[in-house]
Amino acid sequence: MNTIEIHQKLQEALGDAVGPLSEPKIDSFAVVKADRILEACAFLRGTPGLEMDFLQDLTAVDWPKRSVIEVVYHLYSFPHRHGIVLKVELDRANPVVATATTVWKGANWLEREVYDLFGVTFTGHPDLRRVMLPDDWVGHPLRKDYQEEGGFHGIPNLRENPLVELRRLDLVRIAEHLKANPPPPPPPPAEPKA
Amino acid sequence: MSKLVLRRLDRNNEEMLINFGPQHPSTHGVLNFLVETDGEVMRRAIPDIGYLHRSLEKIGEMVQYPGYMPYTDRIDYLAAMFANEGYAIAVERLLKIEVPKRAQYLRAISCELNRITSHLVSIGTMATDIGAVTPLVYALRERELLNDLLEALCGARLTYNYHRIGGVAFDMPEGWRDKVLAYLDRLDSSIQEWDRLISTNEIYRKRLGGVAVISRAQAIDYGLSGPNLRGSGVDWDLRRDVPYGAYPDFSFEVPVGCGWAGVVGDCYDRYYVRVLEMAQSSRIIRQALEKMPDGELTAKVSRKPKPEAGEVQSRIESARGELAYYLVSDGTERPYRLRARTGSFMAMGIIEDISPGLMVADLVALIASLDVVAPETDR
Amino acid sequence: MAQFSFAFPKPGTKKLLVGATLGAALAIPALLAGLLVFLVPMVNKPLLDAFIREKLGHVPATWVGTQWVYAAALFLAGIAMFTFAAITGGIFSWYERRVAARIQSRIGPNRVGVAGFLQWIADAVKLLFKEDLVPGEADAMLFRAAPYFVVAGMTLVLVALPAGQAIVVADLDVGIFYILAVTSFIVVGILLSGWSSNSKWSLFGAIRATAQVVSYEVPAGLAILVPVLMAGTLSTQGLIRAQGGWPWEWFFFRNPAAAVAFFILFISQLAEGNRTPFDLAEAESELVAGYFSEYSGFRFALYFLVEWANLWIIGAVATTLFLGGWQIPGVSAQTWASVRGAGSFPAFGWWALQFVSLGIFAVKTLFLVNVVIWIRWTLPRIRIDQMMNLCWKYLVPAGFAAMLFTLVWQMVATWAPIVEKITALVVFAATVWVTWRFLQQTRKNVSLIAHERVDLSNW
Repeated sequence: MNTIEIHQKLQEALGDAVGPLSEPKIDSFAVVKADRILEACAFLRGTPGLEMDFLQDLTAVDWPKRSVIEVVYHLYSFPHRHGIVLKVELDRANPVVATATTVWKGANWLEREVYDLFGVTFTGHPDLRRVMLPDDWVGHPLRKDYQEEGGFHGIPNLRENPLVELRRLDLVRIAEHLKANPPPPPPPPAEPKA
Repeated sequence: MSKLVLRRLDRNNEEMLINFGPQHPSTHGVLNFLVETDGEVMRRAIPDIGYLHRSLEKIGEMVQYPGYMPYTDRIDYLAAMFANEGYAIAVERLLKIEVPKRAQYLRAISCELNRITSHLVSIGTMATDIGAVTPLVYALRERELLNDLLEALCGARLTYNYHRIGGVAFDMPEGWRDKVLAYLDRLDSSIQEWDRLISTNEIYRKRLGGVAVISRAQAIDYGLSGPNLRGSGVDWDLRRDVPYGAYPDFSFEVPVGCGWAGVVGDCYDRYYVRVLEMAQSSRIIRQALEKMPDGELTAKVSRKPKPEAGEVQSRIESARGELAYYLVSDGTERPYRLRARTGSFMAMGIIEDISPGLMVADLVALIASLDVVAPETDR
Repeated sequence: MAQFSFAFPKPGTKKLLVGATLGAALAIPALLAGLLVFLVPMVNKPLLDAFIREKLGHVPATWVGTQWVYAAALFLAGIAMFTFAAITGGIFSWYERRVAARIQSRIGPNRVGVAGFLQWIADAVKLLFKEDLVPGEADAMLFRAAPYFVVAGMTLVLVALPAGQAIVVADLDVGIFYILAVTSFIVVGILLSGWSSNSKWSLFGAIRATAQVVSYEVPAGLAILVPVLMAGTLSTQGLIRAQGGWPWEWFFFRNPAAAVAFFILFISQLAEGNRTPFDLAEAESELVAGYFSEYSGFRFALYFLVEWANLWIIGAVATTLFLGGWQIPGVSAQTWASVRGAGSFPAFGWWALQFVSLGIFAVKTLFLVNVVIWIRWTLPRIRIDQMMNLCWKYLVPAGFAAMLFTLVWQMVATWAPIVEKITALVVFAATVWVTWRFLQQTRKNVSLIAHERVDLSNW
């Protein structure tokens, strides 16, 4: 089954909750309304003939201009060898969407990662906490407007240009060395060096 | 470890809480398991990752398309060729570039050589984790020779940076082809030697057989991929089923776990699938060297490619499962969003649910059999 | 395959260096043997009395210095045995590393002296100079004391362990029972070190080690009963005297149950010595280093000394009980007596025979040590439940069966001694055949990978 047919079936089942398939610039996707995404996932996973048993990827994209965070679901079916990309558009100020862990257990860690790096809250998630970053980290780094803080628990995240630093250290070392071992007086210019 | 996790533990119990890592010989990198044990039997092992998080996805939004290629090496330093190839394919699809045939063949050869090195490390460290120190040395001996070959091809032994958008960086050096063929002869005999050395060892089979069984349904549900999925008996290989690059030209088999030492989906199946895959990689390389066409090494790509707006996903079969790059372009010369979905990350997700009831020694076997590599989980 | 040959550079070794190292390599075992042969038999009341009477010119019963001479002799023997343990432990550490390197197709230590022979001295000196760390949260006194329990457990065994016809510090009437008892000291030390380190990994390792050692004492004890029943004595020297020099006179061959008991004992000793495949207590891939994770410097060195000196004990106990000990083929007890002569001091020929008996004992022991090392670098580690299963479900019942069989067998052997002789020859022939088949198979396996032989020319 190709993407268009899958999309048609999905639209038949969920009606206007499923947006049109994006004009295929390169890879196409369908936008689903946020409150119906779980239904769409369960439908795609459970319907005979579709059986999207593999949540291949779950990630997010931040669009500050549109004030939207998109959560992207890449679904794939091992028995039928077809797939579809679904997207959910969430309010950037308060991104909340239902968890897909009830449909695929593999969504657990993927949603934790999205929560960690984008700040999307997945309601009903069994273990929603940061996965990559420390628990007391402030902010969500993959958002476009993320500003690094000056450091983390006293560990600075800024350092001078390594080349500059190296040169400075080198100079200090050379100075110390010269202080300890003053250079011998220059030899008399006896013979020119080749 | 996180306060959130600690809060979930019952304070008035008899269990011992152990930090299994981040500096531990069997965690294959820097990662931590919070292990709750009742004597030798584990109640639960909660993975805690992120020690090697280098924000590679954020970096991807800051550099231009060709400039990200060296960073992909760092996604998985044991199998950097795949990270190269996946990224190259994603950008090529975004730019709608056709890769020359010779470059595709070279990509396949380099990737399969890298798959062998990666699997050698995997099975070698697995033997060490089970307590047999000797096989690791044999695996590393074979891998050194392969590293020499890869060094001759691309000048690096670990972080190759060999693939380019639209092709590959270098052609085969002179005499390299014969060296590879000689090596493959040696490899075929050393796989047999490996079987005699450890695969048929009774203690080894008893330690791995029937341990940490991941059923077929579970493996699919948790999104496992690659050898871990095949170890659970799912006949699935992206190289064969969603072919990319030069793979449609080669004939090879996909080894699937069938309960060699117990149950389908146990640690031994995941281990032995890797051993068999090395032989198949050798087969693919032989065919590629035989059929190697002449031609260009790279397609014509501008030095500052500017793809049109849109999004694309490339999926390739890495040594650690499916490696998928999701690229979103907004029409500028930098990716708007770059995402790498890695096999190890998904494999880590299953450990907490598989671990209850296992012994501490089995956790080591489970981690080793899933072939989890810290840089790939953390990125 | 020429482009893949691994030719390591041959270092231009100086001749003086070679000579010095080879000299040391020969002199150290020779010194050891001399020490053992001349010091240890002297710890013997009649001999010391004769020494006082004839060399010092006093009457032993009345002289004041007699007790001092006894004490000095005991002290010297103690020093000799401890030195022996330390030096064999050190040499075994070097030897094991070389053998492991050979098994793993690498080179191993080869820088300190010829073939790295002096490596163990360098390591010991290095460890002596390291800081002796005590973790801040550890129970400092117990932490410091634990290694000495372990060392004591190892050295006390040597008191009753023979190495030659007269080379035993004390030929106790309950020798083998004593050995079993003092070995338990090691468990106390291990448990102390694991507990006092205040580290969960150390505790884990200590608990594993304790469970393992305590469990395997049972099959070991049952297996030891078999030769004890056959010899009718618990004395280690008595056990050896009940056997003979020729292989078919050894307990191992004289009784089918004894052959079984030998393997039970050997497996149990591997487990008690924490050797692979039973190295669960220090499993580096699971428990980092087990009970001695927190140790450093000299105390760490003591653990390793015990580990390697234990190799000798493993081999020596099995040799004593089953493989004829120091018995020289064709030399009977009468020969020993006649060679000794009637004088108060033994004749020269007796001393020479002592050397021969020591050599025979050492060869048998070293063979077993080799097997232990070879097993360690070949097999993976078993899991704790498998370890317990093996002990309680297989070894203990097998040990009981062997013991009961021996009871019947002894009655049969007394009634018709010819049965024992025939069995010995049959079992011996079977063993030779099995060994032959094994060597053939090994040769076949070697020839399969012969083209990959790695050039280790600077061995």
